[in-house]
Amino acid sequence: MTPTTTRTDELLYRRPISTWWWTRKLTYFVFVMRELSSIFIAWLVAYLLMFLSAVGRGDEAYQDFFDWAASPALVVLNVVAFCFLVLHTVTWFSLTPQAMALRVRGRPVPGVLVIGAQYAGLAVVSAFIYWLVTG
Amino acid sequence: MTPPMTKRRIEPLIWLTFSGGGVMAAVFMTPLAFLFALAFPLGWITPPDYDHLHAVVSHPLTLLVLFGMIVPILVHCAHRFRYTLYDGLQVKHKVAIAALCYGGAAAGAFAALDVLGSLL
Repeated sequence: MTPTTTRTDELLYRRPISTWWWTRKLTYFVFVMRELSSIFIAWLVAYLLMFLSAVGRGDEAYQDFFDWAASPALVVLNVVAFCFLVLHTVTWFSLTPQAMALRVRGRPVPGVLVIGAQYAGLAVVSAFIYWLVTG
Repeated sequence: MTPPMTKRRIEPLIWLTFSGGGVMAAVFMTPLAFLFALAFPLGWITPPDYDHLHAVVSHPLTLLVLFGMIVPILVHCAHRFRYTLYDGLQVKHKVAIAALCYGGAAAGAFAALDVLGSLL
């Protein structure tokens, strides 16, 4: 992604680029898939809100929600959405050392440590959520 | 021509929320989506008892955390999708796209407020 263009940028000539430029190379394709993960993450937020709404409506609505969530179409959608979420997570963690140059006592922290710390954080949060939810 | 002051003020805030939302999605949505979208519906893990789950999600602290997670994630999605359409798919209707993306995020935030508020 690039920052928003200014008025000056808009006045400059730009060579037209094909809409399908991202299909020419695997790295371009992964880049666009990573960006498109936003749609699936938004879907998972909507799904979570629908679930919470069902919890608010009572035990029967809660059980009905899980029955609906187990329907083939929704399982396919959620599997695809989860794959995109994992793509987001992996690429986000990998990009962090490039976006944030961390220093401890004046020395740069190696990228692999930054990435490892994020996976450790994910593991801790996952364990906590599992414990909280399943009681 | 320099961009208007409001634009210059809002852009860094959006990028900051975008980053926060990216972290929230990676760290919080991954386990939540795994449990509630896959593991529980598909029976990989026994779903929690209704009374227990209701007690957990209706706790004010849980609601606050969920709202604090959902809003940045929605802004993240809106911002990312906006630039996917601009740069990736070369769609040029900038104002309409921005209105659609951030309007969608705002609508989602109000929906979240409504749903979470009803659990109190």
